[in-house]
This record gives sequence, C-alpha cells and structure tokens, in this order.
Amino acid sequence: MYKYDEYDRALVDARVEEFRDQVQRRLSGALTEDQFKPLRLMNGLYLQLHAYMLRVAIPYGTLDSRQTRMLAHIARKYDRGYGHFTTRQNLQYNWIKLDDTPDILAELATVEMHAIQTSGNCIRNISSDQYAGAAADEVADPRPYAELLRQWSTFHPEFSLLPRKFKIAVIAADEDRAAMKLHDIGLKLVRRDGALGFEVYVGGGQGRTPMVAPLIRKFLPADELVSYLEACLRVYNRYGRRDNIYKARIKILIHEIGADQYRAEVEEEYLHVKALGIDPPAAELERIQAMFAPPPLVRDDSVTIDRSNPAFALWLDHQVVKHKVPGHAIVTISLKPIGGIPGDASADQIDVIADLAERFSHDELRITHAQNVVLPHVHMGDLAEVWAALTAAGLATPNLDLISDIIACPGLDYCSLANARSIPLAQKLSERFADMDRQRDLGEVKLKISGCINACGHHHAGHIGILGVDRKGEENYQLSFGGSGAEDASVGRIIGPGFSEDGVVDAVETALETYRSLRTEGERFLDTYRRIGAEPFKAAIYA
Amino acid sequence: MRLVTGNDLITGDVTWWAGREWSRHVAEAVDAGTDAEAIAQREEAALRVNAPYIVDAAPSPTGPTPLHIKDRIRATGPTVRPDLAVKPADASVGSYQI
Repeated sequence: MYKYDEYDRALVDARVEEFRDQVQRRLSGALTEDQFKPLRLMNGLYLQLHAYMLRVAIPYGTLDSRQTRMLAHIARKYDRGYGHFTTRQNLQYNWIKLDDTPDILAELATVEMHAIQTSGNCIRNISSDQYAGAAADEVADPRPYAELLRQWSTFHPEFSLLPRKFKIAVIAADEDRAAMKLHDIGLKLVRRDGALGFEVYVGGGQGRTPMVAPLIRKFLPADELVSYLEACLRVYNRYGRRDNIYKARIKILIHEIGADQYRAEVEEEYLHVKALGIDPPAAELERIQAMFAPPPLVRDDSVTIDRSNPAFALWLDHQVVKHKVPGHAIVTISLKPIGGIPGDASADQIDVIADLAERFSHDELRITHAQNVVLPHVHMGDLAEVWAALTAAGLATPNLDLISDIIACPGLDYCSLANARSIPLAQKLSERFADMDRQRDLGEVKLKISGCINACGHHHAGHIGILGVDRKGEENYQLSFGGSGAEDASVGRIIGPGFSEDGVVDAVETALETYRSLRTEGERFLDTYRRIGAEPFKAAIYA
Repeated sequence: MRLVTGNDLITGDVTWWAGREWSRHVAEAVDAGTDAEAIAQREEAALRVNAPYIVDAAPSPTGPTPLHIKDRIRATGPTVRPDLAVKPADASVGSYQI
C-alpha cells in the first residue's frame, strides 16, 4: 500500500480547507451555483436526482482495512448506511449534505483518501487490475506505475482543464481484467529482452462513440512513462476539440487524424518533453515500489480443502482463483446477490469486508471495475472461515462472471443524466436466471447495463449489453451483442429495435437459449456469437 | 400544470414550490403557471432552493403528477429502495406511483 508522504498529506489537507471555505461562500450566497458547480465537481460532489452525491477516489482500486472502515463510518454517519461501488473502482455516496462535505473530506484525509479528480475534465482516478500483486500471470505489479501516474496527474496544472475527462488504466498481464483498451490511455506492462516497458494504447473509450484503443507505442521503456504520457496529453490538449462536447474525447481526435498521425505528433512532442527531464529518478520509483512489496506469503503445498459442503464447493469454484504463491488464493466477494443492487454494500457489510481483509488478506482489498471486491492474499486454509463470514453477511453469492454478475450503472433511480432505470432491470434479470445450475450451464456471460449513452455501465463491452433510452417519455432498452472489455476487446452491436423492461428480459433469455442450442463444445456465448453472427439470435428474438 | 422544483441548498433534498414555501412532497406542489420562471429566479436568489427548474404535470386525485418519469422518480425517491422513498405528508393519499 502506498503511504502518504508529507507532500501528499499537506496537499490533501489544504484542499479540504479550501473546499470548506468554498462551501461556506456558497451557503452565504457569495458564490452562485454556476460559480460553485465546477468547484464542487473538482471535489467529487455532484448534484444528482435526489441529493448531493460524493464520489470517493480509490486509487487503482486498492484499500486497506482502516480505509475501508472509514468508508463504512461515512456511510453510517453522513449517508444512509450504504455505499455504491462503481465501474471506476470508486465508491459513491448518494445522500450527502452539502454542509457535511468538508467534514467528510477531512475524515477521509485522515486515512489518506480524497475525492479529488473524480469529476471534471482532468485525469481521473487511475484504474488497474484487481489481481495486481497476486496474479500468477503478471510480469510485475502494475500499481507502482499507477501510483506514479497518480502523483504526476494530481493537480497537474497543464491537464486540469482538458477538452474532456481522461481515463487511464494500467495492467501487467496478458489477460485484461481492467478493460484497458477501452480507456483514453491503456498501459500494459510487458517484459522485452529482460527490460520492463509498456505497450501504450491511446484513444479507447465507451460513451456515445465507443472505440477500442489502437496501439500507439509497442514498447516504451518503463522509466520513460511520465515523459511519454506528458507528450500524449499535450498533443490531445493542443488538438482536442473544445467546441463540441460529443467530439472532445481523445478517441475522436485519433479517429479523425488517424493513429499514425497522432503517433507522429506524440513522438515529436516526446523529443521536447524528454529533454525536460521530468521522469522521476530511479530512486523515486523504487521508493514507491517498496510500498507495494508483496506480503510475506510462504509457499504451502500441503493445503487440502474439505469440499464436502456443496455450497462451499460452489463458492470455491466460482469466487476463488489461484494466487501466484502456492497455497494461497485470490477471493472475489460478489456484490451481486440475486435480486440485489449491483455494487451496493451496506455499512455493516463494508465493515465485514474490512475485518476479513485485516484477518485473512494481509490487510488489503481491491475494488473491481465489475463492482465486486477482492481479497487478494488469502491462505487456502482460511477459505472456509472466509466463506462462512461472507455467507453470514450475505456476501457469498457464487456468480463471478456468470449471467447474474451484472454490471449496472445507478441509472434513472439516482442519476440526473440517465434516461432509463438500470437497477430494476438488473434485478429482474438476476432473478430470471437465479437457478445456479442454469447459470453454470450458460457459463461466462458478461451482461452490462447502462441507463444512458454515457455508458457508465459498460454496455458496449458486454457480451450482452443493454442501453436504456428515452423513447417518447418511456423507458426503452436496446440490446447489443458481441462486446468485450477483455484482451479480445470489441464493441457490441445493436441487434435491432428496442424493448420494454420486461421485453428485454425475455429477449436476453431467448438469446441465451439460442446460444445453448447452437454452441459447440467449450464455447462461451461470446464465442458462439462471433462464430455465427447476429442473424440466428435476431431471428429467434424478433420471431 | 407547471410546477417549480429544485433541491434544497444544504441537504440536496428534492423540493417543490407549494405556494408560500417549499415542500418535500409533490402532492403539495401548486400550479405556478406563468409565474414559474419568476418564482424560480426569486427563490434561487434568496438561497431557498438550488438549481430550480420547471416541469409539466397533470392533476390527479393524489395531487400533481409530473409528466416525465425522471421527475416522478425525483418525487418518490429511488424505485429500488422503497425504504428510502419520500413518504406523502398525508398518509391517506397513499403511495406515489411512478
């Protein structure tokens, strides 16, 4: 875990007091809402449908138990007893009072957390692989680089008012668990000839115009990361459109000028930037890396697990994957109970998760972009006890990557931008497919729901994606197939006219029954769709 | 009907113009008619409401019903958390339906 140094602490504390003053000026009328809005957004405070919403940054999705307990405490003291984990590995509170916000930020600062750059046209919270530091397939822990970028991008004066928001993801394995290619910049740490470096993908994104990022640099030496990204951002800042919000993201710039032209511009700028010497000295990266030193896990080949309890065995099969140190495991805690609200957790549940992280996972946990929580370092001999505690807390649903592990944005139940509700649809779908045998038979199906074209629910990247739209004042849902946020990233395609809420549940069921009848051995829904195309599904759905 | 709605500056609660003051309950909202814009401007300037705007509504036996689903959900609270829903001031009017 990264620990704040004196500069981090001073910077965050100063920001809290600055915002306290801004809130007072708003309450006194010295600031109008138009003047105050950009200030509160820079501190993660939105005005949503029912109340203010505070989005708290969780850098690269990593937390310790002390921070997690603080999240639970804030939910209890200042909100309505729960929080919502988001697709950017953050946490949102839905019922915040304006005059409480400075105190909330001050409490967050005591555990080295904040809400800075969780909104606005700046570089947002850096996301990463939730298995970082524990995955057997990574070349190195990507989080020190994510932390380096967090430090570089925090209050970066040149990039605080970009044409549009900017999202960066860092991974270090061939399996992409962070939707890296659907980010403005996606970084994949690789090793070539013994040296660490990055594949640099630029210009991906979802929203109104979804695009998979092209590869802009095949190999960037790791110690040149800051300079190169500075060049990437400078070119965007120079040429990105500011006249049209819908064409302001970097993906549009790269689409319009082409990846080759963008690459050439970046390389030219890079020559200038590199000469400035802004890359940190090796000692600074080593200082950061030291804080992400792996926990002292000892290889243990002697562990045997009693699988005689079917419910425990089912959970093991779906929620537990191998750790890079034999005898240990990575546990995913599902926040997708059947009929529940994806990503929501009560304060009591958050406390349970904190306790488990402290007792069984070397005081560490992760938030995933799929709105689940990970205990990254669990001894396999402790799995039964972890499962029992999760079961008691209603957190042991065994559905990772199955049809009921649905990503859903807050939708029209909370969000002022939404056109349609996402959560009730997710609830109906998970209830329709509640039967575990049926879910297991259907295998991996990534279903993602967004309540508007901004795509916070990642519907473009869903094997099955659902987009809520407003059709003459009524909620309507468009269905798309073939998306993926993984290493085989792709954007889903709309299959035809939209549906009512009940209609789209039926259509998903029809699509999956069609898949069952047409799949070959070992094929996932996505594989079958890619092999046979949309027509058989459309024929069944619109029959 | 034309209703004026916004959020309370401090709490963020959804509020409705009820003729003399702001109410949490859409059932108490009044038709602001052609005065709606002036009411919104005056009340925002006095910090009695934040980000006010005007919505079209239809009368019903339980009071005004906003025409757009977004405003009906604002009036009731999240449809997925009935425990957090805005309760009508007068229990006899029953639950809001979106």
